[in-house]
This record gives sequence, C-alpha cells and structure tokens, in this order.
Amino acid sequence: MTAMPTTANADATAATATATAVTRRPLTDVWALTLRVLWYYKNSPGLVSVSLAAPLAMLVVFGYVFGSAISAPGGENYRSYLMPGLYVLIAVNAVMPSMVGAARDLERGMTDRLRTMPISRGATLLGQALADMFVSAVVLAAMVGVGLAVGWRAHDGVGRAAAALGLLLLLRFCLVWLGFYLGLLCGREEIAAQAGILVFPIGMVSNVFVPTAGMPAWLRAVAEWNPVSCAAAACRTLFGDSAGTATLAWCAAILLVFAPAAVRKFNRHGR
Amino acid sequence: MKTPYDVPSSVIAVAGLHKHYGKTHALRGLDLAVPAGTVCGLLGPNGAGKTTAVRVLATLAAPDAGEVRIAGYDVVRQADEVRRRIGYTGQHAALDEGITGRENLRLLGRLHHLGGREAARRADELLERFALAQAADRLVRTYSGGMRRRLDLVASLITRPSVLFLDEPTTGLDPRSRNEIWSTVRELAADGTTVLLTTQYLDEADHLAGQITLVDQGVVIANGSPAQLKELIGARIEVQLADAGRLEVAARVLAELAGGEPETDADERRVTVCTTTAAVGLPQLVRALDSAGVEALDVALRTPTLDEVFLTLTGSAA
Repeated sequence: MTAMPTTANADATAATATATAVTRRPLTDVWALTLRVLWYYKNSPGLVSVSLAAPLAMLVVFGYVFGSAISAPGGENYRSYLMPGLYVLIAVNAVMPSMVGAARDLERGMTDRLRTMPISRGATLLGQALADMFVSAVVLAAMVGVGLAVGWRAHDGVGRAAAALGLLLLLRFCLVWLGFYLGLLCGREEIAAQAGILVFPIGMVSNVFVPTAGMPAWLRAVAEWNPVSCAAAACRTLFGDSAGTATLAWCAAILLVFAPAAVRKFNRHGR
Repeated sequence: MKTPYDVPSSVIAVAGLHKHYGKTHALRGLDLAVPAGTVCGLLGPNGAGKTTAVRVLATLAAPDAGEVRIAGYDVVRQADEVRRRIGYTGQHAALDEGITGRENLRLLGRLHHLGGREAARRADELLERFALAQAADRLVRTYSGGMRRRLDLVASLITRPSVLFLDEPTTGLDPRSRNEIWSTVRELAADGTTVLLTTQYLDEADHLAGQITLVDQGVVIANGSPAQLKELIGARIEVQLADAGRLEVAARVLAELAGGEPETDADERRVTVCTTTAAVGLPQLVRALDSAGVEALDVALRTPTLDEVFLTLTGSAA
C-alpha cells in the first residue's frame, strides 16, 4: 500500500487540484447506469411483458367489452380510435415505475452510495431515463403489432407514423423525469407505489377512451387540457385518422421543470 | 491546544463540526483525527450523531460549520477529490437487488471509470477474495442478510479506497456473519486502508478499532485506545456471599483490591464495587476473599456495558 498523503503536504496538492477540475466522464457514467437497468430487465425478462399487460387489458376491456356499445366519432371503427390512445398510455405509464425505482434507490441507500462516487451530476437519473427508452421502444413496438392485429392502421404513411411514435417516446422520456422527482419526494418505495396509482385516473380523464365532446363542461375542460389528450390527438392526426405542437409544449414544460428538480433533489437528499 | 486539523498525519481531520437538521442540532462541534492506516470506532447510542458525522465525512451532507478534510481535501470545496478516495457503506445494503452480485460490482467499477474489462476483472477478483464467487451470478434478492452486507462492504472496495466509512456494519447480523465482516475489516486495515466505523457495540469497537471515539449528543466525550477507555471507566466486581455476617469483611477486602467504595446489600448478601484499576483479575480476587475467610457463592468481574460507560462519562443514561 502506498503511503497516505498527510494533511500537511496534501494541503498544498489539494490547493492546486482545485484549479484543475476532476476529469468527469458523463457519457461513461450514463452508459454504466443504462446498463444497470438493461441488466435488470435481462434478469427479469417477464417485466417487459408485465408492462404490456396493462395496455392489453385495456384493449380487451375497452376495445371489446365497452367498445361494443361505444360509437367512435365519424363512424370509424372504435378500436381504430382507441389504439393511438393506448399507445399514449404506454408513455404515461412511465410515471409509476420511475417513481417506485427512484424511491427504492433512495430508501435502500443506493442513491447515497452513488452520491459518494465521483459521478457526473445528473448522470444517474439520465442513465436510467435512457435505459427506459430502450425498453419502452420494445413495448411500444409490441403494442403497435397488437394494434395492427386488431385492425388499426396508420393511414398517412410511414414517416408520419414514425413521427407519432417518436413523439410518444419523447413524452415518456419527459414523464420519467416527473416520476423521478415524485419518487424522490415520496422517499419510500411503499408510498411511491401507492401514490403512483393516482396516475391511472389521469389517463382516464382524457380523450383516450371516448371523445371529450359528451363530457360535462367542467370535466371536458380538464380532459382537453390533459397532456394525455393532447398526445392522443396528435397521434391520431399523425396516423391520419382524424396538432402535435401542444404535446411538444407539454413535453418541454414537463422536462424543463422536473429534470432539474429531480437532479437537485437527488443530489441534496439529507444534506 | 492543537486542533485535530493541525495533526499532520491525520487522513481524517475534523475540527469544530456543526450540523443542524431543522431544529435538531445533530453535531455540536465534533473534533476527530484519524491517522493513516488505522481503524477508528465511532461509538455512541442512537441519536448521538454518528451517522450524521459519517454522512458529512462521505460528502453526503454539507456541514453548517467547521472544517472537514479527507486525505487533505476539503469535503465541501473538493468533494470530487474526496469521492475518488473513499468507500462508503451505509446502514442499508446499498445494492441493486434485481441484478446479480457480479453485476453490482461491475456497475460500480464502471462508475469509477475502470472501463468495462477492468471492472469485470476487479469484480471477479473481489468475489474470489471475499468468498462470494459461488453466489456471484445469483440475483442479490436471493442473498441472505449476511451475504448482502458482505457484498455491500466489498462493493465499496472496487477502487481500493484509502479511506473507508462503515456505518454500523454489523447491526442486525448473526454472530457468524458479524465475524466475517470483522475479519474483512481487519484484512483491509492490514492492507493500509484507514477505516472509520460507527457502532453501538463496545465489543465491536474493542475487536476492531485501535482508537475509540465516544460520541454523545453531537460531541466527543472520550477518545483513546480500548485499553485507555476501559481504564477510564473500570470494571465492576460482584461477590455473592454464603453468609450475610461476612459482608463487612468482604467489603474491606474488595476496597483494598479495587480501590473503590464498595456497596453492600444485606438482603441479597452481595457486595459490589467498581474498580478503576484494570489490573484486578478473577483468581487474585478469589484468593484474597478465601484468605480473609469469606465463603463466596459467586464472584463476577464484569466489563462495563455501553450504558455504564455513558452513565459514567455523561452522568445520564444512554
């Protein structure tokens, strides 16, 4: 073992070290933390199918049970109306797992351990957000496959369809940060899991399942301003079934508020 | 008087550290100096401020006042330099339960910028050395409590840190796992790592630490080697007599030997004395009582409990 620097002489070296900042490698950090999540899914492949289960159940309940009694606007097939909404729900479902994950890491001391390491600020959360993109892309692709099987079609060409899917991944990416912030706020896995359930009604009070036109005026106002509705409307437009800027504005707003807030909360816990 | 900060060979140097959490004044001017390559035990009851102190030293919490230097670097202004030199193991096993033991170590190696290949090599080496190789490819979720703590400890060794912080490393472990942690800590110290560990157990500090720092209500109330502290506090001798009539004689014998003021309890036929000289041995005690013609049913020489230590040093129960 090499001799430890003593306080007396290390003071001098430390003083010069202040000027030359520690070399950070944000990309290396982000990639390592992306791998962490990918390893997690590799060890529990069932998790991917679980994230498909909720939208599939919605498809059965709304597409076939309620759908038999719901007429879609313009007389189109209800399931064609429903599918873009379900794609949006996959994006919205990001909130709960990222909440639970952030709270779990905090509760079990993983956050503390990572914070005692010379890792770039924000790299931990960014790595997890990027890993989530890989996984959601797979889930979204599978769901699109299901949509095609039940008769949904993208009518306006591959380019616009790809734009719609890109928009959904962007929305999910932004909502992951909201989830991180809320999870760090909850601080405990159990609380995060229970609070996360509240995301469900946010998905319901929207135009995902039925058009907002028939709702009472006050609820319609809420439903129409819901970012979930904006995203669903944007996707329907891009898929050529029936305006994307509102969703982009929502994405930007969510990301600008909650990404810095989550990073700050992550770095300041217990300080 | 020299502050610990001036002690030249201290790898951990803390002077006048204050920390508030809301209205709680967790640290009230803590001083600490730990020389390179030694093990220091921070000993104290719950709420003494041990964890807060370690969190400040490990750059997790910002001090309100005072100076903290680790290997010469300031924990506030040069946090990254400090972070490159420390390992930290908190009270919970800070592991990802959904990935394997090997993957946990590889992840931390990558985060220390060892590169993928070197991180993998170092993970294998540590798993082998600390007898975790067999369980390396199982999910951490399936590990026993003792294995988790061991992997958790090993995880903080990825970069061969020069300073290691262990916050209550054996709390809640069975004796066998506790011994494994102890021998790991001893090995690290033998390698030259400076270790600061917090504990509520006097015997843990006794087994591991060359230096014990007693903390209560955010300040250091005593500091020294285990032997020095025991001398400070002394042991307790209890003698149970066959005949209550000999209480006076027994008390005289004990007073002579231990140098303290004996207490007699006639109902229980018992004499108790606190000794301040660590040199009193059980055989010596029995011989002295015997030659004075005292028939003892039971003679006990007890090292003080942590409660007694605090009772003696602070005048209030821990």
